[in-house]
Amino acid sequence: MINRILPRPILSLILAVVWIMLSDAISWGSVILGTLLGIVIPLLTRRLWDTRPEVKKPLLLLRYTIRVLVDILIANLQVAWLIARPWKRPRPAFVEYRLKLRRDFSITLLASTISLTPGTISANLRLDKRTLLIHVLDVTDIDALIEDIYQRYERPLLEIYE
Amino acid sequence: MIDIALWISFFLIAMAIVLNAWRLLIGPSLPDRIIALDTMYVNSIALIILYTIWLGSRVYFEAALLIAMLGFISTVAVCKYLLRGDIIE
Amino acid sequence: MEWLDRQWVDTVLEALTAFFLVAGSLITFISSFGMVHLRDFYLRMHGPAKATTLGVGLVLFASSLYFILIERTFHIQLILVTIFLLITAPISAHLLAKAALHRKLPSTPDTRGAPGELKPEDTAREPDTPHPEHPGGTAPQRPEQPQ
Repeated sequence: MINRILPRPILSLILAVVWIMLSDAISWGSVILGTLLGIVIPLLTRRLWDTRPEVKKPLLLLRYTIRVLVDILIANLQVAWLIARPWKRPRPAFVEYRLKLRRDFSITLLASTISLTPGTISANLRLDKRTLLIHVLDVTDIDALIEDIYQRYERPLLEIYE
Repeated sequence: MIDIALWISFFLIAMAIVLNAWRLLIGPSLPDRIIALDTMYVNSIALIILYTIWLGSRVYFEAALLIAMLGFISTVAVCKYLLRGDIIE
Repeated sequence: MEWLDRQWVDTVLEALTAFFLVAGSLITFISSFGMVHLRDFYLRMHGPAKATTLGVGLVLFASSLYFILIERTFHIQLILVTIFLLITAPISAHLLAKAALHRKLPSTPDTRGAPGELKPEDTAREPDTPHPEHPGGTAPQRPEQPQ
Protein backbone atom coordinates (compact mmCIF):
# COMPACT_ATOMS: atom_id res chain seq x y z
CA MET A 1 0.00 0.00 0.00
CA ILE A 2 2.64 2.48 1.06
CA ASN A 3 4.62 1.48 -2.01
CA ARG A 4 1.73 2.38 -4.28
CA ILE A 5 1.38 5.94 -3.00
CA LEU A 6 5.03 6.57 -2.27
CA PRO A 7 7.13 4.50 -4.67
CA ARG A 8 10.24 6.46 -3.67
CA PRO A 9 9.97 7.82 -0.16
CA ILE A 10 13.40 9.47 -0.18
CA LEU A 11 12.75 11.23 -3.48
CA SER A 12 9.40 12.46 -2.13
CA LEU A 13 11.07 13.79 0.99
CA ILE A 14 13.77 15.58 -1.03
CA LEU A 15 11.17 17.14 -3.34
CA ALA A 16 9.10 18.41 -0.42
CA VAL A 17 12.12 19.82 1.39
CA VAL A 18 13.47 21.50 -1.76
CA TRP A 19 10.09 23.09 -2.40
CA ILE A 20 9.95 24.48 1.14
CA MET A 21 13.52 25.75 0.75
CA LEU A 22 12.60 27.40 -2.55
CA SER A 23 9.75 29.34 -0.99
CA ASP A 24 12.25 30.60 1.61
CA ALA A 25 9.86 30.41 4.58
CA ILE A 26 8.12 27.64 6.43
CA SER A 27 4.44 28.39 6.09
CA TRP A 28 1.41 26.11 5.92
CA GLY A 29 0.98 26.82 2.23
CA SER A 30 4.49 25.82 1.27
CA VAL A 31 4.41 22.70 3.46
CA ILE A 32 1.12 21.51 1.97
CA LEU A 33 2.16 22.25 -1.60
CA GLY A 34 5.55 20.62 -1.00
CA THR A 35 3.94 17.45 0.31
CA LEU A 36 1.57 17.40 -2.63
CA LEU A 37 4.43 17.75 -5.12
CA GLY A 38 6.40 15.11 -3.26
CA ILE A 39 3.54 12.67 -3.77
CA VAL A 40 2.52 13.58 -7.32
CA ILE A 41 5.90 13.94 -9.06
CA PRO A 42 7.26 10.44 -8.22
CA LEU A 43 3.95 8.93 -9.33
CA LEU A 44 4.03 10.76 -12.65
CA THR A 45 7.67 9.99 -13.38
CA ARG A 46 7.62 6.42 -12.09
CA ARG A 47 8.22 4.87 -15.48
CA LEU A 48 11.36 6.93 -16.10
CA TRP A 49 13.26 5.66 -13.09
CA ASP A 50 15.84 2.96 -13.01
CA THR A 51 15.58 0.19 -10.45
CA ARG A 52 16.25 1.52 -7.03
CA PRO A 53 19.86 1.02 -5.93
CA GLU A 54 20.27 -0.20 -2.40
CA VAL A 55 22.89 1.32 -0.19
CA LYS A 56 24.72 -1.47 1.56
CA LYS A 57 26.97 0.60 3.75
CA PRO A 58 25.46 4.01 4.60
CA LEU A 59 28.40 5.10 6.77
CA LEU A 60 30.83 4.46 3.94
CA LEU A 61 28.59 6.53 1.66
CA LEU A 62 28.82 9.43 4.10
CA ARG A 63 32.61 9.16 4.19
CA TYR A 64 32.70 9.00 0.40
CA THR A 65 30.57 12.14 0.12
CA ILE A 66 32.79 14.11 2.48
CA ARG A 67 35.93 12.94 0.69
CA VAL A 68 34.51 13.97 -2.69
CA LEU A 69 33.50 17.40 -1.39
CA VAL A 70 37.01 18.01 -0.04
CA ASP A 71 38.50 16.75 -3.32
CA ILE A 72 36.29 19.13 -5.30
CA LEU A 73 37.65 22.07 -3.36
CA ILE A 74 41.27 21.00 -3.88
CA ALA A 75 40.63 20.08 -7.51
CA ASN A 76 39.18 23.45 -8.33
CA LEU A 77 42.13 25.28 -6.84
CA GLN A 78 44.53 22.99 -8.74
CA VAL A 79 42.77 23.55 -12.05
CA ALA A 80 42.67 27.30 -11.44
CA TRP A 81 46.42 27.23 -10.77
CA LEU A 82 47.13 25.14 -13.89
CA ILE A 83 45.14 27.52 -16.05
CA ALA A 84 46.59 30.65 -14.50
CA ARG A 85 50.14 29.96 -15.67
CA PRO A 86 50.15 30.14 -19.44
CA TRP A 87 53.96 29.97 -19.55
CA LYS A 88 53.94 26.29 -18.64
CA ARG A 89 52.11 23.98 -20.98
CA PRO A 90 49.86 21.38 -19.36
CA ARG A 91 50.42 17.76 -20.38
CA PRO A 92 47.00 16.47 -21.43
CA ALA A 93 46.11 12.85 -22.12
CA PHE A 94 43.19 10.63 -23.03
CA VAL A 95 42.96 7.72 -20.62
CA GLU A 96 40.88 4.61 -21.05
CA TYR A 97 39.63 3.45 -17.71
CA ARG A 98 38.39 -0.12 -17.35
CA LEU A 99 35.30 -0.18 -15.18
CA LYS A 100 34.67 -2.76 -12.52
CA LEU A 101 31.30 -1.28 -11.65
CA ARG A 102 28.41 -2.87 -13.47
CA ARG A 103 25.25 -0.99 -12.53
CA ASP A 104 24.14 2.14 -14.35
CA PHE A 105 23.56 4.11 -11.20
CA SER A 106 27.00 3.56 -9.71
CA ILE A 107 28.71 4.17 -13.07
CA THR A 108 26.89 7.50 -13.27
CA LEU A 109 28.10 8.37 -9.79
CA LEU A 110 31.69 7.45 -10.67
CA ALA A 111 31.60 9.44 -13.92
CA SER A 112 30.22 12.52 -12.15
CA THR A 113 32.83 12.22 -9.42
CA ILE A 114 35.60 11.96 -11.99
CA SER A 115 34.32 15.04 -13.78
CA LEU A 116 34.27 17.05 -10.58
CA THR A 117 37.69 16.05 -9.21
CA PRO A 118 41.31 16.88 -10.06
CA GLY A 119 41.85 17.76 -13.70
CA THR A 120 39.81 14.90 -15.14
CA ILE A 121 36.60 14.83 -17.17
CA SER A 122 34.78 11.69 -18.14
CA ALA A 123 34.29 12.05 -21.85
CA ASN A 124 32.61 8.95 -23.15
CA LEU A 125 31.15 5.76 -21.80
CA ARG A 126 31.52 3.10 -24.45
CA LEU A 127 28.27 1.40 -25.17
CA ASP A 128 29.29 -1.97 -23.73
CA LYS A 129 29.70 -0.16 -20.38
CA ARG A 130 33.17 -1.58 -19.86
CA THR A 131 35.46 1.38 -20.49
CA LEU A 132 35.20 5.02 -19.64
CA LEU A 133 37.17 7.50 -21.71
CA ILE A 134 38.68 10.20 -19.51
CA HIS A 135 40.39 13.40 -20.57
CA VAL A 136 43.08 14.57 -18.15
CA LEU A 137 44.29 18.14 -18.05
CA ASP A 138 47.76 17.56 -16.69
CA VAL A 139 49.28 14.17 -15.93
CA THR A 140 52.75 12.62 -15.88
CA ASP A 141 52.05 9.05 -14.76
CA ILE A 142 48.90 7.61 -16.32
CA ASP A 143 49.01 4.26 -14.50
CA ALA A 144 49.27 6.00 -11.15
CA LEU A 145 46.24 8.08 -12.06
CA ILE A 146 44.18 5.00 -12.92
CA GLU A 147 45.22 3.31 -9.68
CA ASP A 148 44.36 6.49 -7.77
CA ILE A 149 40.87 6.68 -9.25
CA TYR A 150 40.31 3.02 -8.42
CA GLN A 151 41.49 3.31 -4.83
CA ARG A 152 39.85 6.61 -4.04
CA TYR A 153 36.52 6.40 -5.83
CA GLU A 154 35.67 3.13 -7.50
CA ARG A 155 36.45 0.77 -4.61
CA PRO A 156 34.25 2.61 -2.10
CA LEU A 157 31.45 2.69 -4.69
CA LEU A 158 31.87 -1.04 -5.31
CA GLU A 159 31.54 -1.67 -1.60
CA ILE A 160 28.59 0.67 -1.18
CA TYR A 161 26.41 -0.40 -4.10
CA GLU A 162 27.49 -3.76 -5.46
CA MET B 1 35.75 47.04 2.99
CA ILE B 2 32.88 45.23 1.33
CA ASP B 3 32.45 48.14 -1.09
CA ILE B 4 35.96 47.76 -2.43
CA ALA B 5 35.66 43.98 -2.63
CA LEU B 6 32.36 44.39 -4.44
CA TRP B 7 33.85 46.67 -7.06
CA ILE B 8 36.81 44.34 -7.61
CA SER B 9 34.41 41.42 -8.03
CA PHE B 10 32.18 43.35 -10.42
CA PHE B 11 35.20 44.14 -12.54
CA LEU B 12 36.58 40.57 -12.54
CA ILE B 13 33.26 38.93 -13.36
CA ALA B 14 32.49 41.45 -16.08
CA MET B 15 35.91 40.77 -17.59
CA ALA B 16 35.22 37.03 -17.38
CA ILE B 17 32.00 37.53 -19.34
CA VAL B 18 33.86 39.60 -21.93
CA LEU B 19 36.40 36.79 -22.35
CA ASN B 20 33.55 34.29 -22.76
CA ALA B 21 31.99 36.52 -25.38
CA TRP B 22 35.34 36.58 -27.19
CA ARG B 23 35.44 32.78 -27.24
CA LEU B 24 31.83 32.79 -28.42
CA LEU B 25 32.79 35.03 -31.33
CA ILE B 26 35.94 33.28 -32.51
CA GLY B 27 34.65 29.74 -32.12
CA PRO B 28 36.22 27.87 -33.89
CA SER B 29 33.84 24.93 -33.50
CA LEU B 30 30.26 24.56 -32.37
CA PRO B 31 31.05 22.86 -29.01
CA ASP B 32 33.42 25.75 -28.26
CA ARG B 33 30.57 28.16 -28.68
CA ILE B 34 28.26 26.08 -26.52
CA ILE B 35 30.80 25.95 -23.73
CA ALA B 36 31.28 29.72 -23.99
CA LEU B 37 27.54 30.22 -23.57
CA ASP B 38 27.46 27.69 -20.73
CA THR B 39 30.18 29.54 -18.82
CA MET B 40 28.50 32.83 -19.61
CA TYR B 41 25.27 31.88 -17.87
CA VAL B 42 27.11 30.65 -14.80
CA ASN B 43 29.03 33.92 -14.70
CA SER B 44 25.85 35.91 -15.10
CA ILE B 45 24.50 34.15 -12.00
CA ALA B 46 27.53 35.48 -10.14
CA LEU B 47 26.85 38.94 -11.56
CA ILE B 48 23.24 38.85 -10.37
CA ILE B 49 24.34 37.76 -6.90
CA LEU B 50 26.79 40.68 -6.78
CA TYR B 51 23.94 42.97 -7.77
CA THR B 52 21.78 41.67 -4.88
CA ILE B 53 24.62 42.43 -2.49
CA TRP B 54 24.93 45.90 -3.96
CA LEU B 55 21.18 46.51 -3.63
CA GLY B 56 20.97 44.80 -0.25
CA SER B 57 17.74 43.08 -1.18
CA ARG B 58 16.90 39.52 -2.04
CA VAL B 59 14.48 40.05 -4.92
CA TYR B 60 16.87 38.63 -7.50
CA PHE B 61 17.55 35.26 -5.87
CA GLU B 62 14.75 33.68 -7.87
CA ALA B 63 16.26 35.06 -11.03
CA ALA B 64 19.55 33.34 -10.19
CA LEU B 65 17.75 30.04 -9.63
CA LEU B 66 15.86 30.34 -12.89
CA ILE B 67 18.97 31.16 -14.89
CA ALA B 68 20.74 28.15 -13.36
CA MET B 69 17.96 25.78 -14.39
CA LEU B 70 17.22 27.18 -17.84
CA GLY B 71 20.92 27.45 -18.67
CA PHE B 72 21.57 23.82 -17.80
CA ILE B 73 18.57 22.59 -19.75
CA SER B 74 19.50 24.58 -22.84
CA THR B 75 23.10 23.33 -22.75
CA VAL B 76 21.87 19.76 -22.55
CA ALA B 77 19.38 20.34 -25.36
CA VAL B 78 21.99 21.78 -27.73
CA CYS B 79 24.46 18.97 -26.91
CA LYS B 80 21.79 16.41 -27.56
CA TYR B 81 21.06 18.05 -30.86
CA LEU B 82 24.73 17.87 -31.85
CA LEU B 83 24.93 14.24 -30.80
CA ARG B 84 21.81 12.85 -32.39
CA GLY B 85 20.44 15.52 -34.70
CA ASP B 86 17.31 15.47 -32.59
CA ILE B 87 16.36 16.77 -29.17
CA ILE B 88 13.42 14.66 -28.08
CA GLU B 89 13.47 11.22 -29.61
CA MET C 1 20.41 35.54 18.90
CA GLU C 2 21.88 38.24 21.07
CA TRP C 3 25.43 37.04 20.90
CA LEU C 4 25.41 37.98 17.24
CA ASP C 5 24.92 41.66 17.99
CA ARG C 6 28.50 42.41 18.87
CA GLN C 7 30.92 44.63 17.11
CA TRP C 8 33.53 41.97 16.47
CA VAL C 9 30.99 39.60 14.89
CA ASP C 10 30.19 42.28 12.34
CA THR C 11 33.84 42.88 11.63
CA VAL C 12 34.55 39.18 11.13
CA LEU C 13 31.52 38.73 8.89
CA GLU C 14 32.53 41.72 6.83
CA ALA C 15 36.07 40.49 6.40
CA LEU C 16 34.89 36.99 5.43
CA THR C 17 32.38 38.36 2.93
CA ALA C 18 35.00 40.54 1.28
CA PHE C 19 37.49 37.67 1.18
CA PHE C 20 35.09 35.17 -0.39
CA LEU C 21 33.84 37.74 -2.89
CA VAL C 22 37.31 38.49 -4.17
CA ALA C 23 38.45 34.85 -4.08
CA GLY C 24 35.36 33.62 -5.92
CA SER C 25 35.46 36.22 -8.64
CA LEU C 26 39.20 35.74 -9.08
CA ILE C 27 38.74 31.99 -9.64
CA THR C 28 35.87 32.66 -12.03
CA PHE C 29 38.01 35.11 -13.96
CA ILE C 30 40.93 32.67 -14.15
CA SER C 31 38.76 29.90 -15.56
CA SER C 32 37.34 32.22 -18.22
CA PHE C 33 40.87 33.34 -18.99
CA GLY C 34 41.82 29.71 -19.51
CA MET C 35 38.98 29.34 -21.95
CA VAL C 36 40.60 31.97 -24.13
CA HIS C 37 44.24 30.90 -24.06
CA LEU C 38 44.15 27.07 -23.91
CA ARG C 39 44.83 25.36 -27.19
CA ASP C 40 42.15 22.76 -27.86
CA PHE C 41 38.56 22.15 -26.96
CA TYR C 42 39.26 19.32 -24.53
CA LEU C 43 41.55 21.55 -22.48
CA ARG C 44 39.15 24.47 -22.55
CA MET C 45 36.40 22.22 -21.24
CA HIS C 46 38.12 21.85 -17.85
CA GLY C 47 37.72 25.45 -16.78
CA PRO C 48 33.93 25.74 -16.81
CA ALA C 49 33.44 22.27 -15.40
CA LYS C 50 35.35 22.91 -12.21
CA ALA C 51 36.79 26.33 -11.56
CA THR C 52 33.68 28.26 -12.52
CA THR C 53 31.54 26.13 -10.24
CA LEU C 54 33.83 26.78 -7.30
CA GLY C 55 34.14 30.48 -8.10
CA VAL C 56 30.42 31.09 -8.36
CA GLY C 57 29.86 28.88 -5.31
CA LEU C 58 32.20 31.11 -3.30
CA VAL C 59 30.41 34.26 -4.50
CA LEU C 60 27.09 32.72 -3.46
CA PHE C 61 28.54 31.85 -0.07
CA ALA C 62 29.80 35.42 0.35
CA SER C 63 26.34 36.68 -0.48
CA SER C 64 24.69 34.49 2.16
CA LEU C 65 27.24 35.77 4.70
CA TYR C 66 26.40 39.31 3.68
CA PHE C 67 22.70 38.79 4.28
CA ILE C 68 23.48 37.35 7.70
CA LEU C 69 25.44 40.52 8.32
CA ILE C 70 22.76 43.03 7.35
CA GLU C 71 19.51 41.18 8.06
CA ARG C 72 20.51 38.47 10.56
CA THR C 73 18.63 35.98 8.38
CA PHE C 74 19.96 33.04 6.45
CA HIS C 75 18.66 32.60 2.91
CA ILE C 76 18.68 28.94 2.01
CA GLN C 77 17.91 29.62 -1.68
CA LEU C 78 21.54 30.54 -2.27
CA ILE C 79 22.62 27.13 -1.03
CA LEU C 80 20.11 25.60 -3.46
CA VAL C 81 21.70 27.44 -6.39
CA THR C 82 25.13 26.18 -5.34
CA ILE C 83 23.94 22.59 -5.03
CA PHE C 84 22.22 22.83 -8.38
CA LEU C 85 25.36 24.11 -10.09
CA LEU C 86 27.41 21.38 -8.42
CA ILE C 87 25.08 18.65 -9.68
CA THR C 88 24.72 19.97 -13.22
CA ALA C 89 28.35 20.92 -13.98
CA PRO C 90 29.68 17.37 -14.53
CA ILE C 91 26.67 16.41 -16.62
CA SER C 92 27.00 19.30 -19.05
CA ALA C 93 30.78 18.79 -19.21
CA HIS C 94 30.29 15.11 -20.03
CA LEU C 95 27.73 15.88 -22.73
CA LEU C 96 29.92 18.57 -24.26
CA ALA C 97 32.87 16.18 -24.36
CA LYS C 98 30.67 13.57 -26.00
CA ALA C 99 29.48 16.07 -28.59
CA ALA C 100 33.07 17.12 -29.30
CA LEU C 101 34.17 13.50 -29.74
CA HIS C 102 31.19 12.89 -31.98
CA ARG C 103 32.27 15.77 -34.22
CA LYS C 104 35.88 14.55 -34.01
CA LEU C 105 37.35 17.85 -32.90
CA PRO C 106 41.13 17.52 -33.05
CA SER C 107 43.13 17.55 -29.82
CA THR C 108 46.54 19.20 -29.51
CA PRO C 109 49.45 17.07 -30.78
CA ASP C 110 51.02 16.72 -27.33
CA THR C 111 47.96 14.88 -26.01
CA ARG C 112 48.94 11.33 -25.13
CA GLY C 113 46.62 8.44 -25.79
CA ALA C 114 44.62 8.25 -29.01
CA PRO C 115 41.04 7.21 -28.41
CA GLY C 116 39.31 5.30 -31.17
CA GLU C 117 36.57 7.92 -31.18
CA LEU C 118 38.91 10.48 -32.70
CA LYS C 119 40.28 8.35 -35.53
CA PRO C 120 38.65 8.93 -38.88
CA GLU C 121 37.40 5.36 -39.21
CA ASP C 122 36.19 5.29 -35.57
CA THR C 123 37.51 1.99 -34.28
CA ALA C 124 35.68 2.30 -30.97
CA ARG C 125 32.29 2.56 -32.56
CA GLU C 126 29.82 0.11 -31.15
CA PRO C 127 26.36 -0.36 -32.61
CA ASP C 128 24.47 2.81 -31.81
CA THR C 129 21.37 2.81 -29.68
CA PRO C 130 18.57 2.69 -32.24
CA HIS C 131 16.67 5.85 -33.01
CA PRO C 132 13.02 5.25 -32.10
CA GLU C 133 11.68 6.53 -35.41
CA HIS C 134 14.40 4.95 -37.56
CA PRO C 135 15.09 1.60 -35.88
CA GLY C 136 17.01 0.34 -38.87
CA GLY C 137 19.89 2.76 -38.74
CA THR C 138 21.20 5.82 -37.01
CA ALA C 139 19.40 9.14 -36.90
CA PRO C 140 18.99 10.87 -40.25
CA GLN C 141 22.19 12.69 -41.05
CA ARG C 142 22.01 16.41 -41.51
CA PRO C 143 24.55 18.17 -43.66
CA GLU C 144 27.55 19.31 -41.65
CA GLN C 145 27.85 23.01 -41.36
CA PRO C 146 31.06 24.49 -42.65
CA GLN C 147 33.15 25.90 -39.87
